[in-house]
Amino acid sequence: MKLLSNLFIPVLVLTVIIYGAKKKINVYDSFVEGAKESLPMILNMFPPLLAMIFGINIFTSSGIIDEIFQFLKPIFYLVNVPLEVLPIAVMRPLSGSFGLALLNDIYTLHGADHYLSILASIIQGSSDTTLYIITLYFGTIGIKKIKYALWAGLLADLVTVILSLIIVPLFF
Amino acid sequence: MINKLWIFFIVTGGLFLIINGKADILNTQILSSGKTTLDLIIQIFPLLAIWLGIMNIAKKSGLLDKASKLISPILSKIFPEIPKGHESLGLISSNIIANLFGLGNAATPFGLKAMESLQKLNKQKDTASRSMITFLVINTCGVTLVPTTIISLRMMHDSTDPTSIVIPCIIVTFISLFIGLIIDRIFARRYK
Repeated sequence: MKLLSNLFIPVLVLTVIIYGAKKKINVYDSFVEGAKESLPMILNMFPPLLAMIFGINIFTSSGIIDEIFQFLKPIFYLVNVPLEVLPIAVMRPLSGSFGLALLNDIYTLHGADHYLSILASIIQGSSDTTLYIITLYFGTIGIKKIKYALWAGLLADLVTVILSLIIVPLFF
Repeated sequence: MINKLWIFFIVTGGLFLIINGKADILNTQILSSGKTTLDLIIQIFPLLAIWLGIMNIAKKSGLLDKASKLISPILSKIFPEIPKGHESLGLISSNIIANLFGLGNAATPFGLKAMESLQKLNKQKDTASRSMITFLVINTCGVTLVPTTIISLRMMHDSTDPTSIVIPCIIVTFISLFIGLIIDRIFARRYK
């Protein structure tokens, strides 16, 4: 399984390049042109990420989370859910930058290969920012009554968290 | 929402630190978060550039279009309300394929166009249609094959095996997509 994970990207990259060569497009120029798009993306990413890291670092370093979650601890241990991934599970649907900042926090605390870090990565990697997507998509076309959209989206996010808790122990 | 949360985080965290006499920690956090963010961005940047480069080849060679065509038969099952051959199906599949290959920014314009096209089919213009919500659920499930940002972050923190999360991620994301679509169907029936 580990081999499969490691082979996935190289095989994908080779397939794309060989297919491009077969179709006789300028593979080199296409690559350069595509890579250029990363510059504006990174520039757009910086301010919101800065805002989130700024807020989260103040909040998490204050120790207030430990106080709040202290009384939740027994319940979570009972159902075998590590408390440390709770913030990321809660915040992921609200903001992508938030989730990323929290993930960075967990890595710094436990190291990237720790079980908790992997669990948090998979929660972050297997879902998307539900709230942002709803606001963006429905806002643009002028939908005001969103019916069950938010609930369906959030429930799907909850499913992702539960699935991660089930599947990650099978791999690591 | 995000605005209120942000205020809440900073005010409660800040006050908590000051009350506990740890103003120095607050000071450090305020001064250092810029550098923390920059380190993160610098780490994400190179892999993002490589990936966008590779994916532009896939776009130019028509490989992405080919992949979009491959999934359109499945889509007409997921979206029973959309008439066959309607332009929105093509836009939806382009959006899904772009997301699948980690091109979030390229996916958004397709997604917006798909929504506009679904709005044309919508009878009540201020209310979300069933197809719109289904499309939204697919997007919120974050179906992706290569989570580049997370791999970059793992590299930054000296992971011994940064890509080890790829396969578990794919498994989780696809099962949750499947369950998400079932949830969506159940909701859609109840709201009829």
